[in-house]
Amino acid sequence: MTENTHIIKKEGKMLVPGIVFASPKLFEYIKKDKTLEQVKNVAMLPGIIEKSIALPDSHQGYGFPIGGVAAFDPEKGIISPGGVGYDINCSVRLLATNLTIKDLKNKKEITHSLFRTVPSGVGRESKLRLSDSELDDILKQGTQWAVKKGYGLKEDYLHTEDNGKIEGADQKAVSQRARARGKKQLGTLGAGNHFLEIQEVEEIFDEKVAKVFRLEKGQLTIMIHCGSRGLGHQVASDYIKEMEKQYGFSHLPDRELVNAPIKSELGKKYLSAMAAAANFAFANKQLITHWIRQDLKHYFPKVKAQVVYDICHNIAKFETHNVNGKQKEILVMRKGATRSFGPGRKEIPQDYRNVGQPVFIPGSMGTHSYVLVGTKKAEELSWGSTAHGAGRILSRTAAKKQFSPQQIKQILKDKDILLEAGSIKGIVDEAPAAYKDVDEVVRVSNELGIGNLVAKLRPVAVIKG
Amino acid sequence: MKYTFLPHTADIKFKAYGKTLNQAFENAALAISKILAKENKVKTNITKDIELEGIDQKSLFYNFLEEIIFLFDAEHFIVSKASIKITKYKLTAKLKGDNASNYQGLDHIKAATYAEMHIKKTQKGWEVQAVVDV
Repeated sequence: MTENTHIIKKEGKMLVPGIVFASPKLFEYIKKDKTLEQVKNVAMLPGIIEKSIALPDSHQGYGFPIGGVAAFDPEKGIISPGGVGYDINCSVRLLATNLTIKDLKNKKEITHSLFRTVPSGVGRESKLRLSDSELDDILKQGTQWAVKKGYGLKEDYLHTEDNGKIEGADQKAVSQRARARGKKQLGTLGAGNHFLEIQEVEEIFDEKVAKVFRLEKGQLTIMIHCGSRGLGHQVASDYIKEMEKQYGFSHLPDRELVNAPIKSELGKKYLSAMAAAANFAFANKQLITHWIRQDLKHYFPKVKAQVVYDICHNIAKFETHNVNGKQKEILVMRKGATRSFGPGRKEIPQDYRNVGQPVFIPGSMGTHSYVLVGTKKAEELSWGSTAHGAGRILSRTAAKKQFSPQQIKQILKDKDILLEAGSIKGIVDEAPAAYKDVDEVVRVSNELGIGNLVAKLRPVAVIKG
Repeated sequence: MKYTFLPHTADIKFKAYGKTLNQAFENAALAISKILAKENKVKTNITKDIELEGIDQKSLFYNFLEEIIFLFDAEHFIVSKASIKITKYKLTAKLKGDNASNYQGLDHIKAATYAEMHIKKTQKGWEVQAVVDV
Protein backbone atom coordinates (compact mmCIF):
# COMPACT_ATOMS: atom_id res chain seq x y z
CA MET A 1 0.00 0.00 0.00
CA THR A 2 1.12 3.56 -0.59
CA GLU A 3 1.91 6.20 2.01
CA ASN A 4 -1.59 7.55 1.33
CA THR A 5 -3.38 4.47 2.66
CA HIS A 6 -3.80 3.74 6.35
CA ILE A 7 -5.45 0.50 7.39
CA ILE A 8 -7.29 0.24 10.71
CA LYS A 9 -7.20 -3.44 11.59
CA LYS A 10 -10.38 -5.22 12.55
CA GLU A 11 -10.71 -5.27 16.34
CA GLY A 12 -13.42 -5.65 18.95
CA LYS A 13 -16.88 -5.52 17.38
CA MET A 14 -15.65 -4.32 13.98
CA LEU A 15 -16.96 -6.54 11.18
CA VAL A 16 -14.55 -5.16 8.57
CA PRO A 17 -11.32 -3.14 8.66
CA GLY A 18 -11.20 0.63 8.25
CA ILE A 19 -9.26 2.40 5.52
CA VAL A 20 -8.22 6.04 5.63
CA PHE A 21 -7.01 7.51 2.36
CA ALA A 22 -4.80 10.44 3.37
CA SER A 23 -1.24 11.67 3.01
CA PRO A 24 0.88 11.63 6.17
CA LYS A 25 0.24 15.38 6.47
CA LEU A 26 -3.56 15.07 6.25
CA PHE A 27 -3.51 11.99 8.49
CA GLU A 28 -2.00 14.13 11.26
CA TYR A 29 -5.14 16.30 11.23
CA ILE A 30 -7.45 13.31 10.94
CA LYS A 31 -5.91 11.68 14.02
CA LYS A 32 -6.65 14.71 16.16
CA ASP A 33 -10.43 14.49 16.34
CA LYS A 34 -12.88 11.56 16.55
CA THR A 35 -12.65 10.56 12.87
CA LEU A 36 -10.79 7.26 13.43
CA GLU A 37 -13.11 6.24 16.25
CA GLN A 38 -16.07 6.96 13.96
CA VAL A 39 -14.53 4.92 11.11
CA LYS A 40 -14.30 2.00 13.57
CA ASN A 41 -17.87 2.49 14.77
CA VAL A 42 -19.21 2.41 11.21
CA ALA A 43 -17.26 -0.85 10.70
CA MET A 44 -19.47 -2.41 13.40
CA LEU A 45 -22.78 -1.86 11.57
CA PRO A 46 -24.65 -4.94 10.30
CA GLY A 47 -24.23 -5.81 6.65
CA ILE A 48 -21.25 -3.53 5.98
CA ILE A 49 -19.22 -4.80 3.02
CA GLU A 50 -15.41 -5.06 2.96
CA LYS A 51 -14.38 -1.75 4.57
CA SER A 52 -15.28 1.46 6.36
CA ILE A 53 -13.66 4.31 4.40
CA ALA A 54 -12.50 7.82 5.27
CA LEU A 55 -11.32 10.12 2.46
CA PRO A 56 -8.44 12.67 2.46
CA ASP A 57 -10.68 15.55 3.62
CA SER A 58 -12.38 13.59 6.40
CA HIS A 59 -13.14 15.02 9.83
CA GLN A 60 -15.36 14.19 12.76
CA GLY A 61 -19.07 14.10 12.00
CA TYR A 62 -22.22 12.74 13.66
CA GLY A 63 -22.01 8.98 13.96
CA PHE A 64 -20.35 8.66 10.57
CA PRO A 65 -17.30 10.81 9.82
CA ILE A 66 -17.65 13.58 7.25
CA GLY A 67 -15.72 12.28 4.24
CA GLY A 68 -16.92 8.77 5.03
CA VAL A 69 -18.07 6.04 2.64
CA ALA A 70 -19.57 2.67 3.50
CA ALA A 71 -21.44 0.07 1.43
CA PHE A 72 -24.14 -2.26 2.75
CA ASP A 73 -25.68 -5.52 1.65
CA PRO A 74 -29.31 -4.81 0.63
CA GLU A 75 -30.47 -8.09 2.23
CA LYS A 76 -28.59 -8.00 5.54
CA GLY A 77 -27.55 -4.36 5.78
CA ILE A 78 -28.89 -1.22 7.41
CA ILE A 79 -29.60 2.35 6.38
CA SER A 80 -28.75 5.16 8.78
CA PRO A 81 -29.73 8.82 8.40
CA GLY A 82 -26.34 9.54 9.98
CA GLY A 83 -24.66 7.89 6.99
CA VAL A 84 -26.25 10.49 4.73
CA GLY A 85 -26.08 13.51 7.00
CA TYR A 86 -28.47 16.23 8.14
CA ASP A 87 -28.07 18.21 4.94
CA ILE A 88 -29.42 15.62 2.54
CA ASN A 89 -27.97 16.09 -0.95
CA CYS A 90 -25.78 18.97 0.01
CA SER A 91 -24.27 19.27 -3.44
CA VAL A 92 -22.25 21.25 -5.99
CA ARG A 93 -23.15 22.42 -9.47
CA LEU A 94 -20.71 23.97 -11.90
CA LEU A 95 -21.76 26.26 -14.74
CA ALA A 96 -19.43 26.92 -17.66
CA THR A 97 -19.92 30.35 -19.22
CA ASN A 98 -18.79 31.82 -22.52
CA LEU A 99 -17.27 34.80 -20.64
CA THR A 100 -13.70 35.60 -19.67
CA ILE A 101 -12.21 37.84 -17.00
CA LYS A 102 -12.08 40.71 -19.54
CA ASP A 103 -15.89 40.75 -19.53
CA LEU A 104 -15.91 41.45 -15.80
CA LYS A 105 -14.89 45.10 -15.90
CA ASN A 106 -17.75 45.95 -13.61
CA LYS A 107 -17.20 42.93 -11.41
CA LYS A 108 -18.48 44.74 -8.35
CA GLU A 109 -21.80 45.65 -9.89
CA ILE A 110 -22.37 42.18 -11.36
CA THR A 111 -21.49 40.42 -8.12
CA HIS A 112 -23.75 42.72 -6.15
CA SER A 113 -26.55 42.10 -8.60
CA LEU A 114 -26.15 38.31 -8.24
CA PHE A 115 -26.11 38.72 -4.47
CA ARG A 116 -29.44 40.52 -4.66
CA THR A 117 -30.93 38.11 -7.17
CA VAL A 118 -30.13 34.86 -5.37
CA PRO A 119 -31.57 34.92 -1.85
CA SER A 120 -28.92 33.93 0.68
CA GLY A 121 -28.35 34.05 4.40
CA VAL A 122 -30.88 33.71 7.18
CA GLY A 123 -34.41 34.91 6.77
CA ARG A 124 -34.29 35.74 3.05
CA GLU A 125 -37.18 33.79 1.64
CA SER A 126 -37.86 32.16 -1.68
CA LYS A 127 -39.25 34.32 -4.45
CA LEU A 128 -41.76 31.57 -5.14
CA ARG A 129 -44.95 30.84 -3.27
CA LEU A 130 -45.49 27.14 -3.65
CA SER A 131 -48.79 25.36 -3.33
CA ASP A 132 -48.83 21.98 -1.59
CA SER A 133 -49.28 20.14 -4.86
CA GLU A 134 -46.36 22.02 -6.42
CA LEU A 135 -44.18 21.02 -3.49
CA ASP A 136 -45.31 17.42 -4.05
CA ASP A 137 -44.20 17.64 -7.67
CA ILE A 138 -40.83 19.10 -6.67
CA LEU A 139 -40.23 16.29 -4.18
CA LYS A 140 -41.08 13.72 -6.84
CA GLN A 141 -39.41 15.28 -9.87
CA GLY A 142 -36.53 17.49 -8.68
CA THR A 143 -34.73 19.36 -11.46
CA GLN A 144 -37.13 17.95 -14.02
CA TRP A 145 -40.01 19.81 -12.33
CA ALA A 146 -38.07 23.07 -12.58
CA VAL A 147 -37.27 22.52 -16.27
CA LYS A 148 -40.93 21.68 -17.02
CA LYS A 149 -41.92 24.96 -15.38
CA GLY A 150 -39.55 26.89 -17.62
CA TYR A 151 -36.69 27.37 -15.17
CA GLY A 152 -34.09 25.73 -17.37
CA LEU A 153 -33.23 23.37 -20.19
CA LYS A 154 -33.31 19.63 -20.71
CA GLU A 155 -29.49 19.65 -20.89
CA ASP A 156 -29.48 20.92 -17.30
CA TYR A 157 -30.98 17.80 -15.82
CA LEU A 158 -29.19 15.51 -18.25
CA HIS A 159 -26.01 16.87 -16.62
CA THR A 160 -27.15 16.22 -13.07
CA GLU A 161 -26.63 13.01 -11.08
CA ASP A 162 -29.68 10.76 -11.56
CA ASN A 163 -30.97 13.25 -14.14
CA GLY A 164 -31.91 15.54 -11.26
CA LYS A 165 -34.63 13.14 -10.13
CA ILE A 166 -33.86 10.33 -7.74
CA GLU A 167 -36.28 7.49 -8.35
CA GLY A 168 -38.34 6.13 -5.51
CA ALA A 169 -39.00 9.52 -3.96
CA ASP A 170 -42.24 9.58 -1.97
CA GLN A 171 -43.55 12.95 -0.93
CA LYS A 172 -45.85 11.26 1.60
CA ALA A 173 -42.78 10.09 3.54
CA VAL A 174 -41.84 13.76 4.15
CA SER A 175 -43.49 15.17 7.31
CA GLN A 176 -45.55 18.33 7.53
CA ARG A 177 -42.83 19.79 9.74
CA ALA A 178 -40.22 19.21 7.03
CA ARG A 179 -42.51 20.73 4.42
CA ALA A 180 -43.15 23.74 6.62
CA ARG A 181 -39.42 24.34 6.96
CA GLY A 182 -38.66 23.94 3.28
CA LYS A 183 -41.61 25.57 1.61
CA LYS A 184 -40.35 29.12 1.80
CA GLN A 185 -36.74 28.17 1.13
CA LEU A 186 -36.80 26.79 -2.42
CA GLY A 187 -34.30 28.67 -4.56
CA THR A 188 -32.29 30.04 -1.65
CA LEU A 189 -28.64 29.49 -0.90
CA GLY A 190 -28.79 29.37 2.90
CA ALA A 191 -25.90 30.21 5.21
CA GLY A 192 -22.87 28.48 6.76
CA ASN A 193 -20.41 27.00 4.28
CA HIS A 194 -22.80 27.35 1.34
CA PHE A 195 -21.80 29.74 -1.39
CA LEU A 196 -21.98 30.97 -4.93
CA GLU A 197 -18.69 31.73 -6.61
CA ILE A 198 -17.51 33.23 -9.88
CA GLN A 199 -14.26 31.55 -10.90
CA GLU A 200 -11.71 31.60 -13.68
CA VAL A 201 -10.23 28.42 -15.17
CA GLU A 202 -6.61 29.07 -14.25
CA GLU A 203 -4.95 25.84 -15.28
CA ILE A 204 -5.84 22.75 -17.26
CA PHE A 205 -4.19 19.47 -16.24
CA ASP A 206 -5.95 17.22 -18.73
CA GLU A 207 -6.75 18.92 -22.05
CA LYS A 208 -8.67 16.00 -23.50
CA VAL A 209 -11.05 15.58 -20.56
CA ALA A 210 -11.40 19.33 -20.01
CA LYS A 211 -12.58 19.66 -23.60
CA VAL A 212 -15.21 16.98 -23.07
CA PHE A 213 -16.41 18.90 -19.97
CA ARG A 214 -16.44 22.08 -22.11
CA LEU A 215 -13.79 23.79 -20.00
CA GLU A 216 -10.88 25.87 -21.28
CA LYS A 217 -8.24 28.10 -19.80
CA GLY A 218 -9.34 31.67 -19.09
CA GLN A 219 -13.05 30.84 -19.13
CA LEU A 220 -15.31 31.97 -16.29
CA THR A 221 -17.25 29.36 -14.36
CA ILE A 222 -19.88 29.67 -11.63
CA MET A 223 -20.01 27.23 -8.74
CA ILE A 224 -23.12 26.76 -6.58
CA HIS A 225 -22.88 24.88 -3.28
CA CYS A 226 -26.06 24.27 -1.28
CA GLY A 227 -28.41 21.55 -0.17
CA SER A 228 -31.95 20.65 0.76
CA ARG A 229 -32.27 23.45 3.32
CA GLY A 230 -34.54 23.03 6.35
CA LEU A 231 -36.62 20.39 4.59
CA GLY A 232 -33.73 17.92 4.40
CA HIS A 233 -32.53 18.68 7.93
CA GLN A 234 -35.99 17.93 9.28
CA VAL A 235 -36.26 14.66 7.31
CA ALA A 236 -33.01 13.53 8.96
CA SER A 237 -34.24 14.45 12.46
CA ASP A 238 -37.67 12.88 11.91
CA TYR A 239 -36.22 9.52 10.90
CA ILE A 240 -33.52 9.50 13.58
CA LYS A 241 -36.34 9.79 16.13
CA GLU A 242 -38.49 7.17 14.46
CA MET A 243 -35.64 4.67 14.16
CA GLU A 244 -34.79 5.18 17.85
CA LYS A 245 -38.34 4.27 18.75
CA GLN A 246 -38.55 1.21 16.51
CA TYR A 247 -35.03 -0.18 16.62
CA GLY A 248 -33.43 1.32 19.73
CA PHE A 249 -29.88 2.54 20.17
CA SER A 250 -28.54 0.94 23.35
CA HIS A 251 -26.64 -1.69 21.29
CA LEU A 252 -24.86 1.01 19.24
CA PRO A 253 -21.45 2.55 19.98
CA ASP A 254 -22.91 6.00 19.22
CA ARG A 255 -26.53 7.16 19.33
CA GLU A 256 -26.11 9.04 16.04
CA LEU A 257 -25.60 5.68 14.28
CA VAL A 258 -29.25 4.76 14.81
CA ASN A 259 -30.49 2.78 11.82
CA ALA A 260 -33.09 0.44 10.34
CA PRO A 261 -32.68 -2.62 8.11
CA ILE A 262 -32.68 -1.63 4.43
CA LYS A 263 -35.45 -4.15 3.81
CA SER A 264 -37.67 -2.93 6.66
CA GLU A 265 -40.70 -0.70 6.13
CA LEU A 266 -39.03 2.14 8.02
CA GLY A 267 -35.74 1.71 6.15
CA LYS A 268 -37.57 1.90 2.82
CA LYS A 269 -39.61 4.86 4.01
CA TYR A 270 -36.49 6.78 5.03
CA LEU A 271 -34.90 6.08 1.62
CA SER A 272 -37.97 7.42 -0.16
CA ALA A 273 -38.02 10.53 2.06
CA MET A 274 -34.29 11.00 1.50
CA ALA A 275 -34.84 10.79 -2.26
CA ALA A 276 -37.60 13.42 -2.00
CA ALA A 277 -35.34 15.76 -0.01
CA ALA A 278 -32.54 15.16 -2.53
CA ASN A 279 -34.90 16.14 -5.33
CA PHE A 280 -35.77 19.32 -3.43
CA ALA A 281 -32.03 20.11 -3.30
CA PHE A 282 -31.68 19.51 -7.04
CA ALA A 283 -34.65 21.79 -7.82
CA ASN A 284 -33.20 24.38 -5.46
CA LYS A 285 -30.01 24.65 -7.51
CA GLN A 286 -31.93 24.67 -10.77
CA LEU A 287 -33.87 27.76 -9.67
CA ILE A 288 -30.69 29.45 -8.52
CA THR A 289 -29.16 28.65 -11.92
CA HIS A 290 -32.17 30.17 -13.67
CA TRP A 291 -31.91 33.41 -11.72
CA ILE A 292 -28.17 33.62 -12.34
CA ARG A 293 -28.76 33.24 -16.07
CA GLN A 294 -31.50 35.87 -16.07
CA ASP A 295 -29.33 38.26 -14.14
CA LEU A 296 -26.26 37.78 -16.33
CA LYS A 297 -28.41 38.42 -19.43
CA HIS A 298 -28.85 42.04 -18.31
CA TYR A 299 -25.10 42.51 -18.66
CA PHE A 300 -24.34 40.06 -21.45
CA PRO A 301 -27.31 39.44 -23.76
CA LYS A 302 -25.53 36.52 -25.46
CA VAL A 303 -24.32 34.86 -22.27
CA LYS A 304 -24.34 31.10 -21.91
CA ALA A 305 -24.05 29.33 -18.59
CA GLN A 306 -24.16 25.61 -19.28
CA VAL A 307 -24.38 23.04 -16.54
CA VAL A 308 -21.15 21.02 -16.53
CA TYR A 309 -22.51 18.69 -13.86
CA ASP A 310 -24.34 18.64 -10.55
CA ILE A 311 -22.94 16.26 -7.94
CA CYS A 312 -24.27 14.95 -4.60
CA HIS A 313 -22.24 15.05 -1.39
CA ASN A 314 -24.62 13.57 1.18
CA ILE A 315 -26.58 10.66 -0.22
CA ALA A 316 -27.22 6.90 -0.19
CA LYS A 317 -27.58 5.11 -3.53
CA PHE A 318 -28.11 1.58 -4.81
CA GLU A 319 -25.23 0.92 -7.20
CA THR A 320 -23.65 -2.11 -8.84
CA HIS A 321 -20.09 -2.81 -7.75
CA ASN A 322 -17.61 -5.65 -7.85
CA VAL A 323 -17.97 -7.53 -4.56
CA ASN A 324 -15.67 -10.54 -4.22
CA GLY A 325 -15.35 -10.85 -7.99
CA LYS A 326 -19.08 -10.62 -8.66
CA GLN A 327 -21.19 -7.68 -9.82
CA LYS A 328 -23.66 -6.98 -7.06
CA GLU A 329 -26.16 -4.26 -6.22
CA ILE A 330 -25.26 -2.65 -2.89
CA LEU A 331 -26.30 0.46 -0.97
CA VAL A 332 -23.46 2.99 -0.91
CA MET A 333 -23.66 5.77 1.69
CA ARG A 334 -21.55 8.82 0.95
CA LYS A 335 -21.42 11.42 3.66
CA GLY A 336 -19.33 14.38 2.61
CA ALA A 337 -17.99 12.38 -0.31
CA THR A 338 -18.35 12.59 -4.09
CA ARG A 339 -19.23 9.78 -6.46
CA SER A 340 -16.27 9.32 -8.78
CA PHE A 341 -17.27 6.78 -11.43
CA GLY A 342 -14.82 5.94 -14.18
CA PRO A 343 -15.53 5.60 -17.92
CA GLY A 344 -18.35 3.43 -19.16
CA ARG A 345 -20.81 3.56 -16.25
CA LYS A 346 -24.40 3.91 -17.34
CA GLU A 347 -25.00 6.50 -14.59
CA ILE A 348 -22.72 9.01 -16.37
CA PRO A 349 -24.27 11.41 -18.93
CA GLN A 350 -23.76 10.12 -22.46
CA ASP A 351 -21.43 12.92 -23.58
CA TYR A 352 -19.06 12.22 -20.66
CA ARG A 353 -19.34 8.42 -20.57
CA ASN A 354 -16.10 7.76 -22.43
CA VAL A 355 -13.97 9.77 -19.99
CA GLY A 356 -15.67 9.37 -16.58
CA GLN A 357 -17.89 11.60 -14.49
CA PRO A 358 -16.94 15.15 -13.51
CA VAL A 359 -16.05 15.65 -9.84
CA PHE A 360 -15.86 19.10 -8.25
CA ILE A 361 -13.86 19.76 -5.13
CA PRO A 362 -14.52 23.25 -3.80
CA GLY A 363 -11.81 24.90 -1.78
CA SER A 364 -12.46 27.03 1.25
CA MET A 365 -13.29 30.71 0.87
CA GLY A 366 -10.48 32.41 -1.04
CA THR A 367 -8.72 29.25 -2.19
CA HIS A 368 -8.83 27.36 -5.50
CA SER A 369 -11.45 24.78 -6.42
CA TYR A 370 -10.78 21.79 -8.65
CA VAL A 371 -12.43 19.76 -11.37
CA LEU A 372 -11.48 16.10 -11.38
CA VAL A 373 -12.63 13.09 -13.35
CA GLY A 374 -13.85 9.80 -11.89
CA THR A 375 -11.85 6.62 -12.39
CA LYS A 376 -12.01 2.85 -12.53
CA LYS A 377 -9.49 2.88 -9.70
CA ALA A 378 -12.01 4.65 -7.46
CA GLU A 379 -14.47 1.87 -8.20
CA GLU A 380 -11.81 -0.63 -7.03
CA LEU A 381 -10.68 1.26 -3.93
CA SER A 382 -13.50 3.41 -2.57
CA TRP A 383 -16.82 2.24 -4.05
CA GLY A 384 -16.32 4.87 -6.74
CA SER A 385 -15.82 7.81 -4.40
CA THR A 386 -13.43 10.64 -3.69
CA ALA A 387 -13.16 13.73 -1.49
CA HIS A 388 -15.71 16.54 -1.42
CA GLY A 389 -13.84 19.60 -0.19
CA ALA A 390 -11.12 20.91 2.01
CA GLY A 391 -12.57 19.72 5.34
CA ARG A 392 -12.44 21.79 8.50
CA ILE A 393 -9.53 21.72 10.94
CA LEU A 394 -10.31 24.72 13.11
CA SER A 395 -13.44 25.27 15.17
CA ARG A 396 -15.55 28.33 14.56
CA THR A 397 -14.71 29.52 18.07
CA ALA A 398 -10.99 29.16 17.35
CA ALA A 399 -11.36 30.89 13.98
CA LYS A 400 -13.06 33.82 15.72
CA LYS A 401 -10.23 34.07 18.22
CA GLN A 402 -7.55 34.03 15.54
CA PHE A 403 -9.03 36.28 12.87
CA SER A 404 -10.99 39.48 12.63
CA PRO A 405 -13.44 40.21 9.80
CA GLN A 406 -11.03 42.93 8.62
CA GLN A 407 -8.19 40.42 8.31
CA ILE A 408 -10.31 38.06 6.23
CA LYS A 409 -11.41 40.93 4.00
CA GLN A 410 -7.77 41.91 3.53
CA ILE A 411 -6.68 38.35 2.66
CA LEU A 412 -9.36 38.24 -0.04
CA LYS A 413 -8.57 41.75 -1.26
CA ASP A 414 -4.89 40.87 -1.64
CA LYS A 415 -5.93 38.02 -3.90
CA ASP A 416 -8.31 40.31 -5.82
CA ILE A 417 -11.33 38.29 -4.72
CA LEU A 418 -14.53 40.23 -4.25
CA LEU A 419 -16.75 39.22 -1.34
CA GLU A 420 -20.46 39.82 -0.90
CA ALA A 421 -21.74 38.42 2.38
CA GLY A 422 -24.94 38.81 4.34
CA SER A 423 -22.99 38.82 7.56
CA ILE A 424 -19.42 40.10 7.58
CA LYS A 425 -18.94 38.75 11.09
CA GLY A 426 -20.05 35.31 9.88
CA ILE A 427 -17.27 35.10 7.30
CA VAL A 428 -14.67 34.65 10.03
CA ASP A 429 -16.15 31.17 10.61
CA GLU A 430 -15.16 30.34 7.06
CA ALA A 431 -11.62 31.74 7.25
CA PRO A 432 -9.39 29.86 4.75
CA ALA A 433 -7.06 28.79 7.58
CA ALA A 434 -9.99 27.01 9.28
CA TYR A 435 -9.79 24.37 6.55
CA LYS A 436 -7.32 21.76 5.39
CA ASP A 437 -5.25 22.56 2.35
CA VAL A 438 -7.47 21.73 -0.64
CA ASP A 439 -4.40 21.50 -2.91
CA GLU A 440 -3.16 18.65 -0.74
CA VAL A 441 -6.56 16.93 -0.75
CA VAL A 442 -6.77 16.85 -4.55
CA ARG A 443 -3.10 15.90 -4.89
CA VAL A 444 -3.77 12.81 -2.75
CA SER A 445 -6.93 11.96 -4.70
CA ASN A 446 -4.94 12.20 -7.93
CA GLU A 447 -1.99 10.22 -6.58
CA LEU A 448 -4.27 7.43 -5.34
CA GLY A 449 -6.06 7.58 -8.68
CA ILE A 450 -9.54 7.83 -7.09
CA GLY A 451 -10.23 11.12 -8.87
CA ASN A 452 -7.82 12.58 -11.42
CA LEU A 453 -7.04 16.26 -11.89
CA VAL A 454 -8.63 18.04 -14.83
CA ALA A 455 -8.69 21.77 -14.06
CA LYS A 456 -7.97 24.35 -11.39
CA LEU A 457 -10.41 27.18 -10.77
CA ARG A 458 -9.41 30.51 -9.24
CA PRO A 459 -12.04 32.39 -7.22
CA VAL A 460 -12.91 35.82 -8.62
CA ALA A 461 -15.98 36.73 -6.56
CA VAL A 462 -17.67 34.96 -3.65
CA ILE A 463 -21.25 35.30 -2.46
CA LYS A 464 -22.12 33.98 0.97
CA GLY A 465 -25.17 34.10 3.19
CA MET B 1 -22.68 31.40 34.42
CA LYS B 2 -25.74 30.38 32.40
CA TYR B 3 -24.02 28.74 29.43
CA THR B 4 -20.67 28.46 27.74
CA PHE B 5 -19.43 27.60 24.24
CA LEU B 6 -16.72 24.98 23.76
CA PRO B 7 -14.39 24.29 20.82
CA HIS B 8 -15.64 21.88 18.14
CA THR B 9 -14.04 21.30 14.71
CA ALA B 10 -17.02 21.78 12.47
CA ASP B 11 -20.00 22.78 14.56
CA ILE B 12 -21.03 24.44 17.79
CA LYS B 13 -20.82 22.77 21.19
CA PHE B 14 -22.26 24.32 24.33
CA LYS B 15 -22.89 23.60 27.97
CA ALA B 16 -25.77 25.12 29.95
CA TYR B 17 -26.18 25.10 33.71
CA GLY B 18 -29.00 25.46 36.20
CA LYS B 19 -29.97 24.85 39.79
CA THR B 20 -32.75 22.65 38.45
CA LEU B 21 -33.08 20.68 35.22
CA ASN B 22 -35.78 23.17 34.17
CA GLN B 23 -33.31 25.99 34.56
CA ALA B 24 -30.55 24.15 32.68
CA PHE B 25 -32.95 23.69 29.73
CA GLU B 26 -33.95 27.37 29.98
CA ASN B 27 -30.31 28.36 29.77
CA ALA B 28 -29.78 25.98 26.85
CA ALA B 29 -32.49 27.99 25.06
CA LEU B 30 -30.47 31.14 25.80
CA ALA B 31 -27.38 29.51 24.26
CA ILE B 32 -29.37 28.66 21.12
CA SER B 33 -30.71 32.22 21.06
CA LYS B 34 -27.13 33.53 21.21
CA ILE B 35 -26.07 31.31 18.27
CA LEU B 36 -28.99 32.50 16.16
CA ALA B 37 -29.05 36.15 17.19
CA LYS B 38 -25.29 36.74 17.41
CA GLU B 39 -24.88 40.38 18.45
CA ASN B 40 -28.59 41.23 18.24
CA LYS B 41 -30.63 41.78 21.34
CA VAL B 42 -33.87 39.96 20.72
CA LYS B 43 -37.10 41.40 22.15
CA THR B 44 -39.86 39.41 23.80
CA ASN B 45 -42.79 40.48 21.61
CA ILE B 46 -44.12 37.01 20.84
CA THR B 47 -44.98 34.15 23.18
CA LYS B 48 -45.23 30.52 22.11
CA ASP B 49 -46.46 27.68 24.26
CA ILE B 50 -44.96 24.32 23.40
CA GLU B 51 -45.39 20.79 24.67
CA LEU B 52 -42.94 18.01 23.94
CA GLU B 53 -42.23 14.45 24.80
CA GLY B 54 -39.19 12.19 24.56
CA ILE B 55 -38.39 8.52 25.06
CA ASP B 56 -35.70 9.43 27.59
CA GLN B 57 -34.05 12.55 29.01
CA LYS B 58 -31.66 12.99 26.09
CA SER B 59 -34.35 12.67 23.45
CA LEU B 60 -36.41 15.21 25.37
CA PHE B 61 -33.47 17.62 25.18
CA TYR B 62 -32.93 16.80 21.49
CA ASN B 63 -36.62 17.40 20.74
CA PHE B 64 -36.57 20.69 22.64
CA LEU B 65 -33.59 21.99 20.65
CA GLU B 66 -35.13 20.75 17.44
CA GLU B 67 -38.41 22.56 18.20
CA ILE B 68 -36.59 25.90 18.59
CA ILE B 69 -34.77 25.29 15.28
CA PHE B 70 -38.06 24.33 13.62
CA LEU B 71 -39.82 27.48 14.85
CA PHE B 72 -36.99 29.61 13.50
CA ASP B 73 -37.14 28.05 10.00
CA ALA B 74 -40.86 27.49 9.64
CA GLU B 75 -42.31 30.44 11.56
CA HIS B 76 -39.44 32.94 11.68
CA PHE B 77 -39.63 32.88 15.44
CA ILE B 78 -36.38 33.66 17.23
CA VAL B 79 -36.29 32.73 20.89
CA SER B 80 -34.88 35.04 23.55
CA LYS B 81 -36.17 33.52 26.76
CA ALA B 82 -37.82 30.33 27.97
CA SER B 83 -39.61 29.17 31.07
CA ILE B 84 -39.79 25.42 31.31
CA LYS B 85 -41.42 22.71 33.31
CA ILE B 86 -40.17 19.16 32.95
CA THR B 87 -41.97 16.13 34.30
CA LYS B 88 -39.99 12.97 33.61
CA TYR B 89 -39.80 12.82 29.79
CA LYS B 90 -42.40 15.51 29.15
CA LEU B 91 -41.88 19.21 28.88
CA THR B 92 -44.07 22.28 28.68
CA ALA B 93 -42.48 25.61 27.87
CA LYS B 94 -43.38 29.22 27.37
CA LEU B 95 -40.99 30.64 24.79
CA LYS B 96 -40.63 34.38 24.41
CA GLY B 97 -39.02 35.96 21.42
CA ASP B 98 -39.60 37.94 18.27
CA ASN B 99 -40.06 37.78 14.52
CA ALA B 100 -36.64 36.98 13.05
CA SER B 101 -37.19 39.30 10.10
CA ASN B 102 -36.82 42.26 12.48
CA TYR B 103 -33.09 41.53 12.83
CA GLN B 104 -30.00 41.63 10.62
CA GLY B 105 -27.05 39.25 10.40
CA LEU B 106 -28.64 36.27 12.12
CA ASP B 107 -27.11 32.83 12.00
CA HIS B 108 -28.68 29.51 11.20
CA ILE B 109 -28.70 26.06 12.80
CA LYS B 110 -29.32 23.04 10.60
CA ALA B 111 -30.13 20.49 13.28
CA ALA B 112 -29.85 19.30 16.85
CA THR B 113 -27.64 16.23 17.33
CA TYR B 114 -26.92 13.61 19.98
CA ALA B 115 -23.17 14.07 19.52
CA GLU B 116 -21.39 14.49 22.86
CA MET B 117 -24.73 15.16 24.50
CA HIS B 118 -24.94 14.78 28.25
CA ILE B 119 -27.38 15.69 30.96
CA LYS B 120 -25.98 15.31 34.45
CA LYS B 121 -26.51 16.26 38.02
CA THR B 122 -23.60 18.16 39.51
CA GLN B 123 -22.83 19.47 42.99
CA LYS B 124 -24.32 22.83 42.03
CA GLY B 125 -27.37 21.48 40.21
CA TRP B 126 -27.62 20.40 36.59
CA GLU B 127 -25.42 20.57 33.51
CA VAL B 128 -26.54 19.85 29.93
CA GLN B 129 -24.29 19.69 26.87
CA ALA B 130 -25.05 19.44 23.16
CA VAL B 131 -23.55 19.97 19.70
CA VAL B 132 -25.66 21.59 17.01
CA ASP B 133 -25.03 21.19 13.29
CA VAL B 134 -24.55 24.63 11.70
